[in-house]
Formats: sequence, C-alpha cells, structure tokens
Amino acid sequence: MSGFDLPSLTASFSGERVVGPLSLTVKQGEQVALVGKSGAGKSTLIRLIHEQVNRNSSLVPQELGLVNALPVFHNVFMGQLDRHSVWYNTMSLIRPFTADKTAVRELLADLGMPEKLWIPTASLSGGQRQRVAVARAMYRNAGLLLADEPVSALDGPMAHLVMKRLKEYFTTSVIALHDVEMALTYCNRIVGIQDGQVALDDTSDRLTAADIMSLY
Amino acid sequence: MFSYPTVRTSLIFLAIAVAGLLAADIAITASNPWRDLGNFFLGVVTPNFFSSEGLMTALLRTVAFAFVGVALGSVAGFMLSLVYRFLPVRIFCAFIRAIHELFWALIFLQFFGFHPLTGVLAIAIPYSGIFAKVYSEILEEADPEPGRLLPPGTGVIAAFLYTRIPDCWVQLRTYTAYRLECGLRSSAILGFVGLPTLGFYLESAFSQGLYSDAGAMLILFYVLIATMPLWVKPKLLPIYILGAPFFLGDGLPIVWGNVERFFTQDIIPSPIRQGEGLAGLTSWFGDLMVHQALPGIWNTVILTQIALVGTGILALLLFPLISNHFGGPIRRTSGHVFLVIARSTPEYILAYILLQLWGPSMLPAVVALALHNGGIIGHLIGRQTNNIKLRGDAVKGFSRYSWELVPRVYRSFLAFLFYRWEIIMRETAILGILGIYTLGFYVDSAIQNIQFDRAMMLILITALLNIGVDALGRYIRRKLALQTMPTC
Repeated sequence: MSGFDLPSLTASFSGERVVGPLSLTVKQGEQVALVGKSGAGKSTLIRLIHEQVNRNSSLVPQELGLVNALPVFHNVFMGQLDRHSVWYNTMSLIRPFTADKTAVRELLADLGMPEKLWIPTASLSGGQRQRVAVARAMYRNAGLLLADEPVSALDGPMAHLVMKRLKEYFTTSVIALHDVEMALTYCNRIVGIQDGQVALDDTSDRLTAADIMSLY
Repeated sequence: MFSYPTVRTSLIFLAIAVAGLLAADIAITASNPWRDLGNFFLGVVTPNFFSSEGLMTALLRTVAFAFVGVALGSVAGFMLSLVYRFLPVRIFCAFIRAIHELFWALIFLQFFGFHPLTGVLAIAIPYSGIFAKVYSEILEEADPEPGRLLPPGTGVIAAFLYTRIPDCWVQLRTYTAYRLECGLRSSAILGFVGLPTLGFYLESAFSQGLYSDAGAMLILFYVLIATMPLWVKPKLLPIYILGAPFFLGDGLPIVWGNVERFFTQDIIPSPIRQGEGLAGLTSWFGDLMVHQALPGIWNTVILTQIALVGTGILALLLFPLISNHFGGPIRRTSGHVFLVIARSTPEYILAYILLQLWGPSMLPAVVALALHNGGIIGHLIGRQTNNIKLRGDAVKGFSRYSWELVPRVYRSFLAFLFYRWEIIMRETAILGILGIYTLGFYVDSAIQNIQFDRAMMLILITALLNIGVDALGRYIRRKLALQTMPTC
C-alpha cells in the first residue's frame, strides 16, 4: 500500500474540532509536504492518516517513540518485528543475527552515524535520536512514509542529508515541515494547513516560498 | 495552616492515636527492665560468634529460604502481573498478600509440618501477591508510544519484550532486589514458628539469657543485609537461585494424610462437621466474633493507629539525621548506621526483644513498629531532602527544618505513611503471636487448642481487615492527591 484516499478526516480534542472535516488523496509517487503554523493541526493530521491507513506506514512521530533503555540497533530492528518469529525476535534481543546487524549498520551509515549501533538511545543527543527514529522508519520500509518534523533537531547539512535519504527511500510520503525551502526542495506537492483545513494544495514547481509564507 | 487538608488529616490521625493511647494497655511490667536492657546491649557489644555451631547453619538456611521464596514469588508474581487487569486476579492477589508470611507458615505447618516447603511457600505466596501488584504498576508506567509504532502484525510477546520490559527493567530489578532484602527479614522471623532460620536460634538464645549469642546473630544479620550490594550480583544470581534449594535442610517428611485431613476436616467449622445445622453454626460464629474476633480487631486497630502516628513522628524526627542540610559527615554517618539498623531489624524481632525486656503490653509492639517503619520512611525522606536545592541565604538550624524542609517533603512523607498503613496493620496482627492481644494472639491460641476452623476464620477476618485498611489508605491518598510509588 502506498497512496491513499481519505474522504472525511476529522479530529476533535475535548469537544473542539482541531482538524477537518477535510479530504486528502495522495497518489503513489507523491511526496507531500504539510506546511502551516504550529498548532494548525499538522501533527494531528499525520496521526489521523496513520490510523486511517491501518498503521501500514513508516511513521516518525514528533516524540520519536524510542525505547530509551535499548541500544540503537534494537530500536531500528523494531521496524521489522512483524517479519520474524517470536524466537527470532527474542534471540535478537539477546544476541542479534549478523545479517540484521549488517543491514542496520548500513542504514545508520547512510544517516551519518554508523558507529552508534550499540549505544543506548537514552545517551544520544537530540539530533541522533531523531535519526534513530528515521532509521527505524526506513528499516520498516512500508510503502508510505508519515513523518512529523523529522529533521527539526538536525543542523543544516545533516538535515539535508536525512531529507535526501527519505526522498530516495520513500516514493510516497507525507512529511510535516516548518522549513519552507526544505519543503520545496524535497517534496513535489505542498499542502498548507490552516486552522485544521486545507488552505493550499499545489505541486512544488508551481509555488514559491512567498506563496507558502502567506499561511504563516 | 488548618486550612490545608494534609494538616487536617494529620491532626485527625493524631487525635485518634491519642484517644487510642488512653484505651491501650501501655506499661512496662518487667521487674527490672533497665537492667535487662543493659544486659542485652552488653550482649550486643560483646558478641559471641563461636558458642553455637548452629549459627552459621541458621544464617545459611535464612538466606536459602529467602532466595527460593522470593524467586518463586517473583516468577509467579510476574505471571500474575500480566493478567492483573482482571478483577478476579486483583482480588486474589489482594487476598494472598493480606495474609502475613507467619500466618501462611502457621497454616502450612499444620499439614506439611516442618518440611522446607512450609517456609518456602510461606514467603512465596504473599510475595507473589505483592510482586503482581507492583510489577503491574511498573509495567503500566512504561511509555506506550514505542508499542504503538510497531508494525501491525507484530506478535504480543515480541512487542512486550521490545517495548515494555526494557523501559521498566531497571525499576523491576531494583524492586526485586529490595524485596529480596525483605525476604531475608521474612525468612529470619519464620524461625519464631520453628523453621530452622535465625529467629529460631535467636529465640532459644534469649530464653536461656545468652545475650552475647543473640547479639552475634543480630550483628551477622545486619552485616548480611548491609553487604547485599557486594554479594548479590546479577551474574551470581543464577548460582544462588539454583543452589539455594539444596540448603533448605531436610526437615521432616510430609504426611499426605495430614494434608487431606486438614482440608477435608480440620478447617471445616465444627458445627458443620458435627452436623449441628445452621443454629449451631450461628452460635459458633457468634461466639468466635464476641470472644476472639472483635477483641482482636479492637486491639489490632488501636495498636495500628498508635504505631502509625508513632512511625510518622519518628520519621519526621529521624530524617534530618541523614539529610545533608544539617550537621557534618560524622553525624550523618552515625545517622545512616542508626537508620540502617532500625529498618533492617524486622519489627517482629524488635518487638520480641523489647517484650523480653519490658514484659508483655502494647508498648514493645508500638516502639518496635515505630522504630522499624520510622527508620524506613525517615531514610526515604532524608534522601529526598538531599535533592532539594535551597537558596544561598536560606535559614539554618531548626528554622531550616521547619520552614524549608518539612513543608517541601510533607506530602511525600504522608504518601509513604499511608502506603505503609496496611503493612503496619499486617505486622500488628502478627505481633499477637508474641502475646499482645491483637488478632494474631487469637489465631495462635486457636491453633494451640487445635481449633483450626477458628484459626482459619480469624486469619480470614485479619485478611479482610487488611484489605479494608489498604483501600482506605488508597482512598485518602487519592483524596489528598498524594503521589505514591512502589518503593517501600
């Protein structure tokens, strides 16, 4: 599964509507940037899509959702727990298999942190933690990427590296971004969210940074 | 100040305890208590480690029973914690942990006799109930987010192992280690009902007036507990757990006929056994309530309330001993030693010693309960104050204590106190075996009179009383919005 067609998305918190009703259709091959002010409903929308596609997506939530006590390897390996037997998973917890170690190490090398494989995630910096969550999503390798500010804690070059990798790995994606330039560079469609509604929806090549800035 | 609900609650409890003091039997009845106390302390400072060859065996058995009992309890408790959300499981666990280790031992003694299984089960059963509750609380605290991010189709077991256990591992380990320490105490006091652990030798040393032998035993026990971080290592644990069953001793063989008789005859209320019908049962139960249960409940409740307030006062007085907001390193070191001794000595042993010295009344029990529990809470609160950063120009001395520290720790102090309420009541009931007229006294006498039906009914009543106090304690903590954590 990669694209989706969700006709009526709504979300309310304690009786107050935060998102929708809106409909969103994403076709395979579309890399969508969600832009808009903080509080506009981007994170909620990402969560909502995740639930609506029955969690068949690689998700990078803003809170990352890492198991702090486990090393980087296991946090990434968690992306494929559904593909192995209980015994294989339990063994991997105690003594990971070489093939998995190689795969995870390569993935981390792609993200510029190959040497951190056995460090507990609790002792990593914010940017490194974010890359572990990205690596987990890549390892999960679902057809669709849903990411909520996946590079917010990374500095310039590293943020570009990670966005480039995400663009290569996932042909279909919905990524919430606050950096407008980044959105125009790495996504081919821009969806602007304002007060829980779609306020802008166009392909990147027909938009400029100024068009998007009107949302803020 | 009276507008604070915490202060008002404290004053109500204080008033109840004072009223209880008027009704309670508090006296020193021994003819020369201070000479006895002096002799005892003389014994402690002149310990005799070589008089009895049984001492080392007793120590070994104490450790062995603790390891086997706690290991079984933690495995069973862990299993139960996985299904703890089901009400019947919760009720079952509340029930088995409401019955004190010594009561369990008394029950098993009646049909297993002096078999190692008696001691092992006496620890394992109540501990599994406690482990189930605390483990499930710890597991519930785990961050649910990683679990939600797993790919759909991930097995329940894999999800549990990857997202729950690692998050809670440290807490689970710390709590289990703490429980092992409790297990050593439980194991030691099982000797008082005749199992071959420390309590047995302590009792015989005392009854012969061999205070130096008793002193040696107590010192070894403190050393054993204080050095736990040195000899309880994760790598050595499998060796201990596999080896411990071989050091439980042989005891006496189980007579299975006794087991059957116990369940099919002994514990059936006698009117039913003898076919006296409902009228007989009613009068049996009425007699039990009037002559045993009600006096037992009355004394247990009074003693518990006095001991609870005593614990609180002592904890508030003791915590500055280890707080680094006061005094120098010498005072803090001796404070630490005192608090370690106070909390390492099982209430039961303290009460036993004081009872020997002061004669029978509620006083030894109150002092023992307050010292032990006050030591535990004082230690926890003292450690908590060490995390408080005061402003540079904060007042010193008593004003620092009363204006800066007590107000800051008072809520968690109350939380600990109400958490231990149920534990204090469980201990109060059991101290009856020593001759104080709480529920344990009536249970013990019923067993001595071979009235197991009455004993079981009284144990059941004790359990219900504990469950009631536990619920009341939780209600008050919730009402006052006191945070609690499974630390003691």
